[in-house]
Amino acid sequence: MAITRKQIMSVFILLVCVAGLVFSAFAEEKLKVGFVYVSPVGDAGWTYQHDLGRLELEKKLGDKIVTKYIDSVPEGPEAERVIRDLAKNGHGLIFTTSFGYMNPTLKVAKMFPKISFEHSTGYKTAKNVGTYMCRFYEARYLTGIVAGEMTKSNTLGYIAAFPIPEVIRGINAFTLGAKSVNPDVEVKVIWVNSWFDPGKEREASEALITQGADVITHHTDSTAPIMTAEEKGVYSIAYHSDMSKYGPKSHLTAATHVYGDFYVKTTQTVLDGTWKSDTVWSGIKEGSIELAPINPAVPADVVAHVEAVTKGIAEGSLHPFRGPIKDQSGKVVVETGKSLSDDDLLAMNYYVEGVLGKIPK
Amino acid sequence: MFFKIEARPEPSKAMKYFSPLVAALLMLFSGLIIFSLLGKDSIEAFYAFFIEPVNDLYGIGELFIKAAPLMLIGTGLAVGFRASIWNIGAEGQLAIGALFGGYIAIVFNDNSGFFILPLMIVAGAVGGLLWASIPAFLRTVFNANEILVSLMLNYVAILLLGLLVHGPLKDPDGYGFPQSVLFSDSALLPILMEGTRFHLGVLIAVVGVIVGWVLLQKSFTGYQIQVAGLAKNAASYAGFKYKKLIWIGLLSGGTAAGIAGVLEISGPIGQLLPTVSPGYGYAAIIVAFVGRLHPGGILLSSLLMALLYLGGESGQMNLDLPAAVTGVFQGLLLFYLLATDFLIDYRVCFSGFRKEAI
Amino acid sequence: MDFDIFIKILVAAIASGTPFVYAALGELITEKSGVLNLGVEGMMLVGAICGFIGMATTGSIFVAVVCGMAAGAFMAGIFALLTLSLMANQVASGLALTIFGVGLSSFLGLNYTSVALSGVPELHIPLLSDIPVMGELLFSHDILIYCSLFLFAAVSWFLSKTKAGLVLRGIGEAPKSAHALGYNVIAIRYIAVLFGGAMAGLGGVYLCIAYTPMWVEGMVAGRGWVSLALVVFATWRPARVMIGAYLFGGITVAQFHVQGFGIEIPSQLLSMLPYISTIIVLVFISRDPTTIRLNSPASLGATYHPSQPHS
Repeated sequence: MAITRKQIMSVFILLVCVAGLVFSAFAEEKLKVGFVYVSPVGDAGWTYQHDLGRLELEKKLGDKIVTKYIDSVPEGPEAERVIRDLAKNGHGLIFTTSFGYMNPTLKVAKMFPKISFEHSTGYKTAKNVGTYMCRFYEARYLTGIVAGEMTKSNTLGYIAAFPIPEVIRGINAFTLGAKSVNPDVEVKVIWVNSWFDPGKEREASEALITQGADVITHHTDSTAPIMTAEEKGVYSIAYHSDMSKYGPKSHLTAATHVYGDFYVKTTQTVLDGTWKSDTVWSGIKEGSIELAPINPAVPADVVAHVEAVTKGIAEGSLHPFRGPIKDQSGKVVVETGKSLSDDDLLAMNYYVEGVLGKIPK
Repeated sequence: MFFKIEARPEPSKAMKYFSPLVAALLMLFSGLIIFSLLGKDSIEAFYAFFIEPVNDLYGIGELFIKAAPLMLIGTGLAVGFRASIWNIGAEGQLAIGALFGGYIAIVFNDNSGFFILPLMIVAGAVGGLLWASIPAFLRTVFNANEILVSLMLNYVAILLLGLLVHGPLKDPDGYGFPQSVLFSDSALLPILMEGTRFHLGVLIAVVGVIVGWVLLQKSFTGYQIQVAGLAKNAASYAGFKYKKLIWIGLLSGGTAAGIAGVLEISGPIGQLLPTVSPGYGYAAIIVAFVGRLHPGGILLSSLLMALLYLGGESGQMNLDLPAAVTGVFQGLLLFYLLATDFLIDYRVCFSGFRKEAI
Repeated sequence: MDFDIFIKILVAAIASGTPFVYAALGELITEKSGVLNLGVEGMMLVGAICGFIGMATTGSIFVAVVCGMAAGAFMAGIFALLTLSLMANQVASGLALTIFGVGLSSFLGLNYTSVALSGVPELHIPLLSDIPVMGELLFSHDILIYCSLFLFAAVSWFLSKTKAGLVLRGIGEAPKSAHALGYNVIAIRYIAVLFGGAMAGLGGVYLCIAYTPMWVEGMVAGRGWVSLALVVFATWRPARVMIGAYLFGGITVAQFHVQGFGIEIPSQLLSMLPYISTIIVLVFISRDPTTIRLNSPASLGATYHPSQPHS
């Protein structure tokens, strides 16, 4: 029986298929890690910090993983589709990096029980959904110390986005830090009702400076407050990223959050098959919170004090929210010697003494 | 001039169907240019943009849930647009509809019952209607331009929704984050296709389009609207009350947008958030025009618009195309569709050719 | 509140209102010719990023201004082609222009989000800027703010004192009669639309090189829409556009000051103020039909072509 050309062809096709399968099996060994971002990466800000973490992950584990990010994903129903698409396309680990992705992440996780999900800043977990967040308030406390030392008018300005506990916690930590070195200091807060609107952030910064603030900081995403401070000749403290190039004279330091270590560690546990859903709230101790390089305008003794406090927080001998802490009415909310628990911190909905104005309800 | 534009004695029937094809061809051509400028393989890019998003059941479900609010609002707006009443405020009317409907869901969160969902939809319709009645009132009583009033009210509505979701309507156990409790099952639209997000709301939206079709094409009001749109004076000569048409035009858009808001929160979102729409209210205006203000056309154009959104995500996922390309693409397609409309009523005569009788 | 702070709010209000001045004066000319272009937001964005690219590449304010104006005019050109030559609906085309502009600007700006500009220096006019109060209020702004004042003067003069201005207004009132008198309605409307686009582009340039010297996606943040409202608010009069622009800027700035003084009003309510006040003013000026009818171009928003069918 002669071998027909057809038979040769089919054997050949079979071989190609097998080769393809083997090859794809090799290729599949690389873990696909997906990231969902709420805004474009840009050059500074929330998403930029997460992307720095992703890049570090690629650098450290690049031979074992590939990463993919989808940016500008609106919070809400769009997010669910994007997360699901990532899961469907074979991503074994997915980081969703904005609060509004919490419920969409949980919904998709239910459909893909074998995939690990990590959601940033949320409070709900599931068997295959962990959460991670940084102790931003630790950095706020440190920057408060710098601001309290550098102010001459004893008025500090704070541009805030939305009155949620995370932002209020930051305002309080900043105020406590400032008051720890300068009891006369007062903090003025202006809410701009937007995470990102350079025009409004500039106008709010100007208003604060006009009303006597000589150090301003912000809990919004753009570099406008730093640039406005530079223009008006007052000091500023950035948030998220080192923004010193936008205000070389004005920029004293920045409260930054760093994700590289966390992303590398988490991805490694997925590679090892030991990943478990967890609630991670990491700070200075774990290297998740850092200050940007401090401006030379800050005296050496202040820098030394900041470093000592940093060390104290890392070692656990110091806590930004250690009593006695009074609220605005003068009532003691944290007694001497006690520190606020994580649960109390998460639900914080009052201003401490030294903050002016009321929390918008 | 090498060519001359000339009005056709009568709108061309052939061009009515042919012009969208011309637009599609033009867009394919621009797509080729954009993709090759970005260094992507065009075939692959087109596949990612237009086929990939709908190559499975889930994708088709997504297409419909994305198109549902657009077709519903688009139809509602078309009623006003036909009478030259410009409601640009659907985005705000949608937000207020979601607010009203969401309030019902939150109040009845511990109850269950078949009445909750219909009640939410009614509340949403009322909310959108009330919000749209502000520009209608100001226009009919004070002669204030409805384009601007409805537009300004968008900002007010979204801030109002934000204020309430940050305050009294937020989940008391939600650590202060601005979002309501998750709705109970009685307040959620049932899923109609297993494994997708295709929910009852899509059918409700289609019913809305049919109602719009009957109103516009089959009723006397529809005829009045048509006449008023062609010439206000003719309408008043004919004894129609233009003020009544202003109310109908604005309220139909508001009601549709309000219902769409409820469909969003009780469908894919499942709770009340400070932002409930990624700009459906604005996109629906274009959907209405691309669909030539005809409910049937609006149905098709809403699907097209939805596909463009999904395609943008898919392009980012599969080809690393920047998200911004979607906007460029959407804009271009809309330009082409608007531009080719012209072929229906006009023809181009090249000079040097003798005019032929048609 | 002491007087000094009051002056500072006024100074800030002028800066905050300047993008509106450019965009709204441009739109005013467009609308006077009878064309309603709702795409101001898109034109401002594309103008902004092109101006920004010009500034980042050459460091020259002049180049930035030229790039931004050209880009705005290019966008307006698309709109003009659609609505004037191809008779597309003006409302729909304007909205499509905005969608296109939002996409195009973020696309063009992909590589420019990390660029820091030095900004436009304030031009302290010697001697004059040292006059107490008035000096700060009038003579210590950057050059683009002075240019906007010049634009105001030019637009007012053009509309009220020149024959060309009269022709433009006539075309907005009754395009058919103007056509019958031998004016090329379409060509003149093209010019008016392109001018509007160039000015919107310039407004965008002011935002991204002077007001907040940076590029970020969507940084115009609704100012284009407000400019549209201001034109109606002003009943199509240049002087009232100026008042409206500075008033709007003033309210925006003042709401932050109110918060800074610790007055207890939910900030969302304060953020609503500019929009609500625009509506209220709109109602007041529209209440008397004659004021609106006297100033508003009668053919605004209606498609016109010399060989128009079915009419």
